[in-house]
Amino acid sequence: MNCTKCKTKAVIDLPRHNAAFCTPCFTTYVHEQTAYAIKHQRMFGPEDRILVAVSGGKDSLALWDILLKLGYKADALYVDLGIPGYSAKSREKVERFTERVARPHGATLQIHTVQEEEGAGIKELSNLVHRPTCATCGTIKRYQFNKAAVEQEYDVMATGHNLDDEAARLLGNVLHWQEEYLDKQSPILPASVEGFAKKVKPLYRLAERELAAYAVLNKIDYIVEECPMAKGSMMLLYKEALNRLETESPGTKHRFYFGFLDKQALRQGSGQAGATAPQSMAEKDRASLHPCSTCGQPTTGAICSYCKMMARSRLSSSSARRPS
Amino acid sequence: MKVQLSHPERTVEIKGPKKARELLRELNLVQEAHLVIRGDELITEDELLKDGDQVEIRPVISGGSL
Repeated sequence: MNCTKCKTKAVIDLPRHNAAFCTPCFTTYVHEQTAYAIKHQRMFGPEDRILVAVSGGKDSLALWDILLKLGYKADALYVDLGIPGYSAKSREKVERFTERVARPHGATLQIHTVQEEEGAGIKELSNLVHRPTCATCGTIKRYQFNKAAVEQEYDVMATGHNLDDEAARLLGNVLHWQEEYLDKQSPILPASVEGFAKKVKPLYRLAERELAAYAVLNKIDYIVEECPMAKGSMMLLYKEALNRLETESPGTKHRFYFGFLDKQALRQGSGQAGATAPQSMAEKDRASLHPCSTCGQPTTGAICSYCKMMARSRLSSSSARRPS
Repeated sequence: MKVQLSHPERTVEIKGPKKARELLRELNLVQEAHLVIRGDELITEDELLKDGDQVEIRPVISGGSL
């Protein structure tokens, strides 16, 4: 199979585009798709400071790599969750990438260690608050990434969510008719209120397989193994179902997610009730959010979910220590 | 050929020659969720794999919660 663009030997075929690429043409394709996403969605400009949420996985390291190679000013934050046998490996991948690729571009890495800052590892915390580990992880990461971006005055926070992530999340939200989550499912979330960083997903046009290929072809050493806490997650099941459909009918994931985005944009244009675009989201946020009484980050309740979780954790750990 | 698989990590011996596409089908794996790597080179589905080749089938799917 030959490269669709330059006719030399191809290294990857993309059935959804009815195309195949050699390494240089594929790298150009990935950079162009990301650059188009950034421009089309008005994510950020060349002078903006970007904070990339990195995990040591292919998507976030590929994102950091692409942004730096496109000439953006992108630093990164890694949250060390203290997962035995996993976090140490993923942290090492991030630190190595920083030394090899990011630092020569003048970019820096910050590390937030959950064990040091929250007083326990993620598994222990989720046990203390009686919540699933993935939910606890999500709450901590969202809170810490937003906090770092706001406090250090980054213009925008970027995550490595790809087309598969967004299509799987959309499938889950539709299956459960979670309309409030559908409203928030956009490649860009504005800094709607004081205390919220603007959040963007520059890889939403690229499939998960394409990002893994980009990492392999560009010698990005990422953690291949799945997080042990994610085993059996519904997200993985939705992705598996979508990939079965994609294999039978290439382009299914793209049509599903981009069709949703088109309808979202149309609803915004017509001013129809339930509009889901960033502007209406900002209005809704301004109407419903106010500062958390403990930390000041925006929340719908009196106390934000992170502070509630930390309070429950402190209560549980002190009652566990108390002699009966 | 020796084929390295993940989740769980293991190596299986598969008789060649066969195309990467046929190898995935034989192992009941979908293309959209995997990369086929021979040695350290990424290959397309129509590439012919032979006995003696070192092949890795790398899963590309991750959970993600953020």
